[in-house]
Amino acid sequence: MTETEILVIGGGPAGLRAAAAAGELGAQVLVIEEMDWLGGQLVKQTHKFFGSKEQYASRRGIDIARILAGELENHDRVTVWTGAPVLGIYEDGMVTAQKDNRHVKIKPQRIIVATGAAEKVLPFPNNDLPGVYGAGAVQTLMNLHGVLPGRRVLMVGAGNIGLIVSYQLLQAGVEVAAVIEGAAHIGGYLVHAAKIRRAGVPILTRHTIKEAQGREVVEGAVIQQLDENWQPVPGTEQQLEVDVICLAVGLTPLADLLWQAGCEMRFIPELGGHVPYRNRLLETTRPGIYVAGDVAGVEEASAAMVEGRLAGLAAARSLGYGGPEAEAYLEDALRQLHALRSGPAGEKIRRGLEKLETMEGVPC
Amino acid sequence: MLERTGVPVKEQLDRVQPPPGHEGPMAVIECFQEIPCNPCSEACTRGAIASFTDINNPPVLIREKCNGCGNCMFRCPGLAIFVIDESYSDTETLVKIPYEYLPLPEEGTPVTALDREGKPVGLARVIKVQQGKAMDRTAIIWLAVPKGLGMTVRSIQVGR
Ligand SMILES: Cc1cc2nc3c(=O)[nH]c(=O)nc-3n(C[C@H](O)[C@H](O)[C@H](O)COP(=O)(O)OP(=O)(O)OC[C@H]3O[C@@H](n4cnc5c(N)ncnc54)[C@H](O)[C@@H]3O)c2cc1C
Ligand code: SF4
Ligand code: SF4
Repeated sequence: MTETEILVIGGGPAGLRAAAAAGELGAQVLVIEEMDWLGGQLVKQTHKFFGSKEQYASRRGIDIARILAGELENHDRVTVWTGAPVLGIYEDGMVTAQKDNRHVKIKPQRIIVATGAAEKVLPFPNNDLPGVYGAGAVQTLMNLHGVLPGRRVLMVGAGNIGLIVSYQLLQAGVEVAAVIEGAAHIGGYLVHAAKIRRAGVPILTRHTIKEAQGREVVEGAVIQQLDENWQPVPGTEQQLEVDVICLAVGLTPLADLLWQAGCEMRFIPELGGHVPYRNRLLETTRPGIYVAGDVAGVEEASAAMVEGRLAGLAAARSLGYGGPEAEAYLEDALRQLHALRSGPAGEKIRRGLEKLETMEGVPC
Repeated sequence: MLERTGVPVKEQLDRVQPPPGHEGPMAVIECFQEIPCNPCSEACTRGAIASFTDINNPPVLIREKCNGCGNCMFRCPGLAIFVIDESYSDTETLVKIPYEYLPLPEEGTPVTALDREGKPVGLARVIKVQQGKAMDRTAIIWLAVPKGLGMTVRSIQVGR
């Protein structure tokens, strides 16, 4: 059995920042990451990021992953396990994981869950044909393994992920036939949209996919216009010749461990699905279990990093670490989060958090 | 409109283009949405992009201070900043665009100039391909385009 003061589950931006902050205050930390590498979603993000200097704006996601992982290397109080999925959090506070093909037990005093989010899928006829991918899978193939998903892609969803993955496909030399979006407006940042527009890619709002075509693999797609009530408009079908249909229709928090741990959950669509109730310092209803990043509500890496820092500081402080400076760090993190969410782009998140705070939403 | 098409409209562009008759290069910032982002302002050492009181503010160029150096261009994650110089020559306008595709164009060669929708609008001459460590794999392509196309050309097609 391994003992640690603080256990961080997930080595994405939220988890890495949580570990660095807790270590900085003097706590002993163990980070457990399922993959063989650290960085979470960032290792697939080859584009330059938004935000401000504090969140490494204008650095590329892949490089931010390296910086964050590097921050932990100099920490003698922080231990990292990679290639080790966490399997469960139990009633008595024990945590189990798989490491080197063995089942191991960990006894932490505090837990920070930073497991990120999973992709949503979309139901339509033939969506099980090979060639229908989630955007994450396309990025993994392309940016981690250097394999092109196909030659011509239909992108479904014009949020930031759909726009950015389209851009990355173009950079890799893949044609993007169109980006379609059910809503009346482009959901992602308009500067990202402009990048792919000037590369000649049409963005069709109020459009959806009717079906994928093909016998063994995707050979085409039929798209269709939607009216104001999201109903298909008959006679507007268009056939596109594509060999890849890429779904970028949103993410949902990967909260299984929180369910199992008995944290109180709420269904908040604005935050991507079921999220844990938590206080200002990100502690859930189960004392000693904190959350940070996309698992607490699907947002951005910039916010995930700040939340990670906040949870790391709060957890370490609850163990008696950090003097008056910890207080100032906490306030600074709260200020950064507030600033990131204060504009129109943060409107949805603010609405979701408000619902959560007043315990609205569907209780579970 | 922009929210539906991803292409800024004329009124938006009119607000950000250099004043008529301006001599020398000047930044054109095509970032019209309130998003949490501010590196452009931090990149400009001349203080020509007013510092943000709120990180969500869209950038505002203080024209008198901008010399068109292009330092903000490669720091902008939206690749939304261009530099144009209408006074480049009697027949041509200089347009600098951020570019992240391979192959890079070759200096001195003609390339197809594209507008904001990716439509070909004429030929551009590649004056310079600017790269550097600080630019972090975003190249800046200097293009000489026919007069009158300075506010139209926003990308290029290399080869094919
Ligand atoms: C295409 C795309 C573009 C994006 N662009 C931007 C951008 O420009 N700017 C921006 O700010 N954000 C961007 N984001 C969002 C950003 O990547 C995420 O918000 C951010 O990575 C969330 O961080 P996280 O640490 O919460 O989760 P993740 O990065 O998802 O990390 C979670 C980690 O937990 C691990 N894990 C999960 N379950 C377990 C388990 N049981 N045991 C052990 N480990 C586990 C996972 O393997 C993963 O490494 C983008 C996302 C995508 C998909
Ligand atoms: S072009 Fe140079 S001077 Fe003008 S805003 Fe950009 S960095 Fe500042
Ligand atoms: S850096 Fe670019 S995207 Fe960010 S605010 Fe400035 S102009 Fe807009």
